Amino acid sequence: MTLNYIQTNKDAIFNEWVQRLKEQSDETVSNVILDQNFTIYSNELIELAILKISGSVDVYETRLEDFSDRVVRLGWPLRFVVNALDVLSDVIYECMVSDDYISRENQAEVMHDLNHWIKAMISEIINDYTTSWERTVSNQKIALQELSAPLIPIFEGITVMPLVGTIDTDRARQIMENLLQGAVKHRSEVVLIDITGVPVVDTMVAHHIIQAADAVHLIGAKCMLVGIRAEIAQTIVSLGIDLNRVITKNTLKAGVEAALEMTKRKIVPLEGQN
Amino acid sequence: MDNQSCVKIINEWDIVSARQLGRNVAKELGFGTVDQARITTAISELARNIFLYAGQGQICIEKMYESGKVGLRIISIDKGPGISDIRQVMEDGYSTSGGLGAGLPGVKRLMDEFMIDSNPGEGTDIQATKWLR
Repeated sequence: MTLNYIQTNKDAIFNEWVQRLKEQSDETVSNVILDQNFTIYSNELIELAILKISGSVDVYETRLEDFSDRVVRLGWPLRFVVNALDVLSDVIYECMVSDDYISRENQAEVMHDLNHWIKAMISEIINDYTTSWERTVSNQKIALQELSAPLIPIFEGITVMPLVGTIDTDRARQIMENLLQGAVKHRSEVVLIDITGVPVVDTMVAHHIIQAADAVHLIGAKCMLVGIRAEIAQTIVSLGIDLNRVITKNTLKAGVEAALEMTKRKIVPLEGQN
Repeated sequence: MDNQSCVKIINEWDIVSARQLGRNVAKELGFGTVDQARITTAISELARNIFLYAGQGQICIEKMYESGKVGLRIISIDKGPGISDIRQVMEDGYSTSGGLGAGLPGVKRLMDEFMIDSNPGEGTDIQATKWLR
């Protein structure tokens, strides 16, 4: 019965619903409404509601999953979607009341039906939404981990570890592991750690660098710290961190030259060529 | 308050957001790159102390306008175990966690003003200010 009503009055409900959403002064909501996809997606949402109510479970489930996936990618806030569904249920009920569709006998039944559908839909959407999010976050975590501590052999016996971004405990552990494993694997004599891309060197980062240098020293290689920017040098001095145990150079270039010298080599220009 | 914004420190990544906030405010106030680095490093130390020792707390960044001077104040508040001997933690090389022990004395040297108030069992309140020159 309710289903019939919604199907026949779909357009009226839809317009009233969109109107209601627009009236809300919430900033996140108005941002979403300005989105050009808003009409397409809100149409889809109402069709989903009809599918849900009409009980075609299979179609509904695949479409809902697809829908939440796309909405997550669009960056619609979950708060908006949940709120929109709440408003939709209100709108349907009020439309039914104003069309004299509701009598004293069926009032309870209609209320119950509506509540039941909307609640189920909200919980399914939240579920899909969070699954989508979790997937995104875990993918990013993996991507980040792959980037976190690469070790690049550049010459016989010389390897470079360029560090970009913030160093946290997890990453510090990974840096240490990769550094030692790689130094052994590539038979490194000199390992350069480049911190040009590290925004802040505080005592914890310095502590990890010193530990890594000590460990590299233990396996018989030398560790050099390069890419120390002027402002980082000043803060390290203010902090009172003693980096004397580590060889330091201000650029990677100077570091590579020093490393070649340490391994008794140097770069010379080719003679007899223009 | 309009001149103050805060970041809750609950996990390690909150340290990064506190730092980001501090850097943005410092930039806005017109601090140079060296002072920006000093301020973000100080925030990093204080936020990490909260994360390591108190578990959770908050870092607030306040813009200061005082008798013609402009400055930035870092306020670090936690309800952690507190510090029983403040003089000891302000000594270089003292650490209970196997770190370098340069954190708090380092922050004092990085900033212009430094104030610490802590009672065992009640938590720690640290304020550090840098003035724009």
